[in-house]
Amino acid sequence: MRSDILWLILGMTAVTYMTRISSLGLIRFMPPWMEKWLKYVPTSVLTILIVPALLLPQSRLDISLQNHYLLAGLVAALVAYKTRNVTATLGLGMAVMFSLRWLSI
Amino acid sequence: MEAGKSSAAIIPTPSTEDFRIALRDTSPILLGIVPFGITCGVMGLTAGLTPLETIMMSIMVFAGASQFVAISMLGAGITSWSVIVFTTLLVNLRHLLMGASLAPYMSQLPKPLQALLAFVLTDESYAITISRTHNGHYSGAYQLGTSVLLYTTWAVSTAVGAYLGSYFPDPLAWGLDFAMPATFMVLLIPRLMEDRIQQIVCAIAAVLAVAGALLLPGKWYIIIACLAASAVGAYLEGGKGGAQ
Repeated sequence: MRSDILWLILGMTAVTYMTRISSLGLIRFMPPWMEKWLKYVPTSVLTILIVPALLLPQSRLDISLQNHYLLAGLVAALVAYKTRNVTATLGLGMAVMFSLRWLSI
Repeated sequence: MEAGKSSAAIIPTPSTEDFRIALRDTSPILLGIVPFGITCGVMGLTAGLTPLETIMMSIMVFAGASQFVAISMLGAGITSWSVIVFTTLLVNLRHLLMGASLAPYMSQLPKPLQALLAFVLTDESYAITISRTHNGHYSGAYQLGTSVLLYTTWAVSTAVGAYLGSYFPDPLAWGLDFAMPATFMVLLIPRLMEDRIQQIVCAIAAVLAVAGALLLPGKWYIIIACLAASAVGAYLEGGKGGAQ
């Protein structure tokens, strides 16, 4: 392994670990109002991970029938709402995704 | 949701059981992780890294998005240590928010376990662990289970990509990355049924995430949209004159 690449990886590891551990060290100094604010972080994060993945699959906004992620996503959302079941949601969502891929290629 | 107060660290089931349940809950999204890991391995080679260097990065850094950015920069001839490391820091700043969200629970664990769990904290392990926390209880063993499975899968699939990459046409072309948003929907939708504020937070986060992803570089949209949408949630809850 080249030493410059090793140093690069070590640097990346160090700053990444810093972002992951700092909040744990700072928890004792957290003001009470932050608790209320943190209560809404999970909903925000989940939304932020889901919505761009469906609306911007190629890093640009695509609201059309050609966007397989959006169509499969709508089906998955409906199944998730009805069943609350991961296997059903993923199974049907993936089935739609594969069908669209297969039909359009 | 009300379990989201600071001291809910009661662990009614044995740890090994939590660990096992975590493996079960995490397995669906592996379908989406594997093609990304393979792609990461392939990209490493394309950018001029050796297989060992590429795998080493996955084992040490374990942060997919920032690895893709770093490898792309190396491939584009950007070799400056400080530029790549600083960019990595920016891409991963979002962990601060997720760490803060889990901190009230994690801080009750033994210090070495906290240090280990922090090392393997990712978007995915956060989302799965916090959902379990709100639907049942927080458990360090559960977080360890989901994290270990994601870590192992990422390392192994990077290795597969680095050594066998040329045999795969394009692992991302099959749409398998859809597994992540699909799985997260099952975690998100029940939260939205809880009350109106959760729905408003979701709507604001969605609009800001799309606008941010279009307008801002890197992963800044995650940080900005999360800060703003959660703040609105806290404000609305305060306005109701409710909690505490």
